[in-house]
Amino acid sequence: MIEVEGLTKTYGEARGIDNISFHVERGEILGFLGPNGAGKTTTMRILTCFMPATGGKATVAGYDIFEESLKVRSRIGYLPETVPLYTDMQPPSYLAFVAGLKGLPYRRIKPRVEEVMEQVGLTHMAHKYIGELSKGYRQRVGLAQALINDPEVLILDEPTIGLDPKQIVEIRSLIKGLGGERTIILSSHILPEVSMVCERLIIIDEGKVKAMDTTANLLKGMGTAVRVEARIGGPADEVEKELGALAGVRVVTRTAPSNGELAARYLVEFANGDGGGHLISRLAARHAWDLYELIPAKLTLEDIFIKVVTKEEGVAS
Amino acid sequence: MRNVLFIVNKELRSSFNSPVALVTITIFTALIGYYFYNIFASFSTLSFQAQTNPVEAKQYGALNVTEFVIRPFFGIMSLVLLIMLPMLTMRSFAEEKKSGTMELLLTFPVRDIEAIMGKFFGCLALFFLMLALTFPCMALVAYFGEPEWGVIGAGYVGMVLLASAFIAMGLFMSSITENQIVAAILSFAALLVLYMIGYTAAYAGEWLNVILSYLSFTAHFESFAKGVIDTSDVNYYLLFVIFFLFLSMRSLESKRWRG
Ligand SMILES: Nc1ncnc2c1ncn2[C@@H]1O[C@H](COP(=O)(O)OP(=O)(O)O)[C@@H](O)[C@H]1O
Ligand SMILES: [Mg+2]
Repeated sequence: MIEVEGLTKTYGEARGIDNISFHVERGEILGFLGPNGAGKTTTMRILTCFMPATGGKATVAGYDIFEESLKVRSRIGYLPETVPLYTDMQPPSYLAFVAGLKGLPYRRIKPRVEEVMEQVGLTHMAHKYIGELSKGYRQRVGLAQALINDPEVLILDEPTIGLDPKQIVEIRSLIKGLGGERTIILSSHILPEVSMVCERLIIIDEGKVKAMDTTANLLKGMGTAVRVEARIGGPADEVEKELGALAGVRVVTRTAPSNGELAARYLVEFANGDGGGHLISRLAARHAWDLYELIPAKLTLEDIFIKVVTKEEGVAS
Repeated sequence: MRNVLFIVNKELRSSFNSPVALVTITIFTALIGYYFYNIFASFSTLSFQAQTNPVEAKQYGALNVTEFVIRPFFGIMSLVLLIMLPMLTMRSFAEEKKSGTMELLLTFPVRDIEAIMGKFFGCLALFFLMLALTFPCMALVAYFGEPEWGVIGAGYVGMVLLASAFIAMGLFMSSITENQIVAAILSFAALLVLYMIGYTAAYAGEWLNVILSYLSFTAHFESFAKGVIDTSDVNYYLLFVIFFLFLSMRSLESKRWRG
C-alpha cells in the first residue's frame, strides 16, 4: 500500500531525513516511533505530498507521490501534528468544505458529514465554532476531516500530543477502531501508545531507520536480556564493584538510599539467560550483606527504545 | 472549477465571521456615502444657483451630472479601493500559513491554481458586495437628474477591472509572507506606486514616460470614467491580474519546496 525507497530530505544544510525505506501492507497499522526531531513529521509531510523529497521515491496506494500527487492526495486522510483548522467555522460547514475538496459528490456531502461526526463523537458540538472547542474535540474534528473521504490510507502525526489523559484514552480507542481495511501510519514518541495500537513499529532517530519489526518481535528480541533490581545493605562501593564482577553483568547502576531506607538500590543488567538473581543472592550471602529486595524485570518497550536510539548494541537494525 | 467554488464558499463564510471583512466593507460604504453626499450636495447647490442666476450658469457652462457627480464619484472610489482592498486580501494566504491550515489545504486534492482562483474569486465576491452597496448613490442621481447610463456602466466595469488588479496584487503579497499586516502594507505600497507613476511620468524622459504611463493604473482608468470601454485598457487589467496570480502560484510552489 505504501512503498518508500531511499527517501531523503534536507532543509538547506540541515538534515531532515536520510535514506528512509519501508513498506506498509494494506490494512496494516504501522507505528512510527522516534524522539522529537527524529524526522517523523518530515516523512509524513512528504508522503502526503505537502512537500517534495530531496531524493528517493515513494508510492502511496499505488501512485507515485511526485508524479501523481493529486491521485495520492484524494486517497489519503492526513492529520498534521498541529491540527490546523479554521477556527472561525463550525464543524459541519468545515467538514462539508473538506468533503467537497476531496471530491465527494454533492448529494453525499451532508450525510457523510453527519456520519463522520457521529463516528468521532462530535455531533453535540455541531453548533460551536472550532475555535471554541477543547483540544480534545479539535482533535476529533481533525480526525473527522481526515476520514471524510473514507481514505484507503490514514496518516496521523502524533494524534494524542497535548491531550489530557482522559482525552488520550478516548482518541486512542477511536484510532484503534479505524483499522480493518484501512492502512494507517501513526507517529508518536510515546511507547505504550504505539505498542497498544500498532502491529508493527519503525523506530527512527536522527533521520534514519534504527529498527523495524513487529511489536512482538521487538519485545522478544530483547527478552533474553534481563534486569534485576536489588536493594543491598553493605559498603556501597564494594557492593557495586562485586556486582559488576558477576558473570554476564553488563551494567550496574547505583541509586542512593531514599528517605528512611538503609540500603542503596542497584540496577543490574545481565546480557542474557535467566538473569542472575541467584548470583546476587549468593554474593550477598558470601559477604554477609543484607539483601532487602531482589526484583527481576524484563526489558520493556521503553528500554528497547532507549537502547535503539542511544545506539547501544543489542538490537539489530 | 468545483474546487474553486468550494473555496469561494468557504472564504465568504470565513469573511462574514471575521471582523476585518465586515469593518472593511462598512468603512468603504461609509466613505463612499460621505463623498457622494458631498459631491451631490454641491452639485445640487450649483445647479440651483444656475437656474436662478443665468450669469453664473454661463460661467460654469452646461451643468452636467456626469461631469460633476459620476466622474468624481468613480475617481474617489478607485482611491478608497486602493486603501481598503489590501485589507480584504491580506489574510488570504498569510493567515493560512501562520495558522498552519495551509498544510492541510495543500494536501487536499486541489491544484495550486484552484486554490488561488478560489481565493481570488472569494475576494472578488466580497468586492461585488461592496460595489452593490454603492448602487443607491446612482439610484439617487437617477431620481434627481438624468445621468448617462453608459458612463455609469463603463465606470462600474472599470471598477471591477481595477479591483481585480488590486486583489491580484494583494493575493501575491499575502502569498509571500506569514504576516497579514506586512502583506497589507506591501500591497498598499505597491498599488500606490502604480497609482502615482502616472503623475510622475510627465517629468520622466520621453520613452520612460511612455512605459510609466502604460504601467500606471490611472491612465487606464480614464477612458472608463469617460464612458468608453477600450479593449487595450481591458487587456492591461487582465494581463495585470494574470501576471500576479501567476506569481502567487509560483510563490505557493516555492513554499512547497522550502517546506
Ligand atoms: N521547515 C524546516 N526547516 C528546517 N529544518 C526543519 C524543518 N522542519 C523540520 N526540520 C528539521 O528536520 C528534523 C526532523 O524534524 P521533524 O520531521 O519535525 O521531526 P519529528 O516530527 O520526528 O519531531 C529536525 O532536525 C528539524 O529541526
Ligand atoms: Mg513531529
